[in-house]
Amino acid sequence: MLAEALALSGMLFVIGVIGVLTRRNAIIVFMSVELMLNAVNLSFVAFSKLYGATGQVFVIFVMTVAAAEAAVGLAIIISIFRHQETVNLKDINLLRG
Amino acid sequence: MMLQEPVLTGHPLADTVAQYVWLLPVLPLIGFLLNGALSMKAAAKLGPSDPSAAGHDHAHGEHDDHNDSHISHDDHPVTRHKYAGLVSLIGPGVMVLAFGLAAAIFVAMRSVDMAHPYVDTLFRWMPVSDMRINVALQLDPLSMVMVLVITGIGMLIHIFSVGYMQDDPGYPRYFAYLNLFVFFMLLLVLGANYPVMFVGWEGVGLCSYLLIGFWFSDKANADAGKKAFIVNRIGDFGFLIAMFLLFANTGSLDFSGIAANIDKLPAGGAVVTAICLFFFLGCTGKSAQIPLYIWLPDAMAGPTPVSALIHAATMVTAGVYLIARSSLLFSLAPVASLTVALVGGLTALFAATIGLKQWDIKKVLAYSTVSQLGYMFVGVGVGAYSAGVFHLVTHAFFKALLFLGSGSVIFAMHAAYHATHNHADDAQDMRNMGGLKKYMPVTWVLMWIATLAIAGIPVFSGFVSKDAILGAVFERAQGSTLANASLFGIPGSALLYAVYAFGLAAALLTAIYMTRMMLYTFHGPNRTGADAESHLHEAPWIMTGPLVVLGLLSAAGGWLNLPEFLPLGPEGVFDKWLEPVVGASTARIAAGGGALATSTEQALIGTAVAIAVAGIAFAFVRLKPAALVPKKVSPASVGFAKVLENKYYVDEAYDRVIVQPVVNGSKYILWKGVDVGIIDGLFVNGSALLARALGWVGSQLQSGQIGTYAWVLVLGVVALLGAFVRVH
Amino acid sequence: MGNEFLPLLYSFHFYLFGLISVAAAIAFVTRKSPVAAAMWLVVTMFALAALYVMMDAQFIGVMQVLVYAGAIMVVFLFVVMLLNLGHPSELSDIRGKWGRIIAGFLGLALLAEIMTLTRSPMELKLIVPAIPATVNSTGGIIGGVAGPLFREYLLAFELTSILLLVAIAGAVVLGRKRSAN
Repeated sequence: MLAEALALSGMLFVIGVIGVLTRRNAIIVFMSVELMLNAVNLSFVAFSKLYGATGQVFVIFVMTVAAAEAAVGLAIIISIFRHQETVNLKDINLLRG
Repeated sequence: MMLQEPVLTGHPLADTVAQYVWLLPVLPLIGFLLNGALSMKAAAKLGPSDPSAAGHDHAHGEHDDHNDSHISHDDHPVTRHKYAGLVSLIGPGVMVLAFGLAAAIFVAMRSVDMAHPYVDTLFRWMPVSDMRINVALQLDPLSMVMVLVITGIGMLIHIFSVGYMQDDPGYPRYFAYLNLFVFFMLLLVLGANYPVMFVGWEGVGLCSYLLIGFWFSDKANADAGKKAFIVNRIGDFGFLIAMFLLFANTGSLDFSGIAANIDKLPAGGAVVTAICLFFFLGCTGKSAQIPLYIWLPDAMAGPTPVSALIHAATMVTAGVYLIARSSLLFSLAPVASLTVALVGGLTALFAATIGLKQWDIKKVLAYSTVSQLGYMFVGVGVGAYSAGVFHLVTHAFFKALLFLGSGSVIFAMHAAYHATHNHADDAQDMRNMGGLKKYMPVTWVLMWIATLAIAGIPVFSGFVSKDAILGAVFERAQGSTLANASLFGIPGSALLYAVYAFGLAAALLTAIYMTRMMLYTFHGPNRTGADAESHLHEAPWIMTGPLVVLGLLSAAGGWLNLPEFLPLGPEGVFDKWLEPVVGASTARIAAGGGALATSTEQALIGTAVAIAVAGIAFAFVRLKPAALVPKKVSPASVGFAKVLENKYYVDEAYDRVIVQPVVNGSKYILWKGVDVGIIDGLFVNGSALLARALGWVGSQLQSGQIGTYAWVLVLGVVALLGAFVRVH
Repeated sequence: MGNEFLPLLYSFHFYLFGLISVAAAIAFVTRKSPVAAAMWLVVTMFALAALYVMMDAQFIGVMQVLVYAGAIMVVFLFVVMLLNLGHPSELSDIRGKWGRIIAGFLGLALLAEIMTLTRSPMELKLIVPAIPATVNSTGGIIGGVAGPLFREYLLAFELTSILLLVAIAGAVVLGRKRSAN
């Protein structure tokens, strides 16, 4: 099952990448990143079946960090929204040099 | 018959006055520096002056209706330059010193066995891997002859110039350039290797340009200078290629090294023929042969003493000297020598025909020079190097005399026109002269001496030298390596007979046009105009003195190389003098044939004399100076006379075929196409555009667009992983 | 549980949940409305949770449902509601045709590379850890995970808790309404 699981993980990851590339809504981009993290989690779990509990421990950490990141990221998006009334990435370019 | 090999130490000349040979070129160089400094100091103090303000000569371009605007300022008495006195001392002074030194060295050489040349190496110049080029001066019979001619005749011309250029605002500049010219010319003839000779070669070209365009504010003069320089450069290219080939095949560029390695060049082979032909290309440029003679008539725009020194006696003879110096190479390449003789013969005839119908006195002499140079090349072409160089020497005598004499005539004509405020008439046109023997008897007599010499009347110098050349041609035609060779399928002997015929025809024409010149200038009624006529007078003694010396040399110069049938003195002194240098080469070319039978020789000489006399007589009988009218009312020529007067339209043909295409090509292809389009557009503007484009791309990196960043990120990851995939 | 008993049934379920997760992921990426997209993502996560359980990571599966689907996605939906983004505007935020095509190609390229690289022999050998994922007699299923978590990876665990603290503080600070400016 390892090979299939890895293939599935790869596919989900790529779908997440496509999501990041094609969407301009900040929240949806964020959610695509979450999808990518999930795909990675699946990889870890698939490997943990062969190589021990370390994989699952890693998944715990990934989930925790994902949660923290989601919280902070969404807070930032709300801040931006208060500033500019938009979450379209095209319009958020205050960092242009 | 020994080949010249240099000896570095223990040469018999080593501790004599010859060790000061380096002073010979350095003296005129000092003159140049001092005169130049005075010229610049004067310009700084007095401000700029119109160089053409007192110009006596002027260019006759294709437009003979040119206005004498440069003498419009001359309603004032003769004004001498501020530093004229000092310059008159320095300019001719260094020449006198140089001539004295040359004479002293000559005396030392006479008492010593000159089987080997004396080479004085001054300093290392270009040591590059195998190539060792030093600045070295070589004293041997050939270079000594040239040095004496240059310093001697140069000295006389400098003295003449003191009188001729006396009211010229560029007086110090003139002497500076003249001294510089002598410096370069001496380098040319004294060089012990081809590069030093080439420095002199180019330097005299430069000085020729400077002096032809001496009165440069008149555009025609400046154009003539440019033409001379550019045409010369074409020849210089030939010289360079020959040097490259020579070095590539023999590994050496100095005369002794080449002689030592001469077995690397197979006789009659393609390489040595190519080398000789390229050298000859340089000669056609410098010595005004077909096809590059076109600059010499235009060079008459310069002051007359310049024409005498540079374009009669010395610079144009550099080509002849080059071939004589390279006699070893030319004797190994019969095809090249044949070509030289053929071109020389053709040029002699061609220029003589043009000279028949020229009206400007200096132009007649210019074409005469081209023609006589043709004779010299015929001489060195058939291997009679000594005869060719001897004709060079005698030609220097009588041609310098002719030019300086015409300078006196022009001087007198200009003085007459100034006095009568005549600014419209041409002072150099023979149609405005006539009957001048009454007013300038000394000049008249001397110029007749020169005319008889150039026509080849015995026993003047020209007869001896011209005869030696024609005799040598005939002798080679009967049997020699040249007769056995062939050019484009035509056997050499036939070509040589043709060259002989050309030479005879040119002799006839020479006699005719020179007599014509004398008739129209000095004989018959005067056409200058009644009031101007009263102002004509002989030139001052400072100008006529050198003329007398040259007259004596022209008359008696033949004594230097008397042939055996003329038992007036020691036989063949000149030939014996040059024998160590060119004897072996002459013998190599003449191999396969014997000397001419005495009866044949006498027949040839008789023919030549008869032709010369016939030419002079013809001119006296047929040409009526009384029938001439002044230039401004003269009818235009028609028919073949018009073709001759317009020099066979060669300049126009060159312009159409070569100059205009090059100019147009340069303008449209090289300038608009390459320079503006490719270099400015593609490289300069294009690189700016490229920088802007790259900058734009770079600016996209900082667009602040998160979407763009994400794209780049993913792209990078894909590329990076792609690298790993390929590795496996 | 595991694929030792009923391999065919196991495979069927594996492929079923895999298919559901992929289909839901594609649906998620192509929805115009953020709410719909979030919903589809939740479906994906549920399918993944099922897969985790099938692969003997039951604790992780439950964590997935509770934390990811239950907390993180809820926060996303809260923000969507807060910013009133539920109504998709007339102008879609999806990139144009060319953008999608090139993105698709990039994705395919990435997938191909991943598949190739995971099959190729690696230079480094995986170090088999000493901790087997067996059911611990004292802790049960959770014990197998909790043991390493609180022993070998204790430092990481503590750091993670600090990270959470910082995240909370940051989120509160960032989310505060600025009064003066």
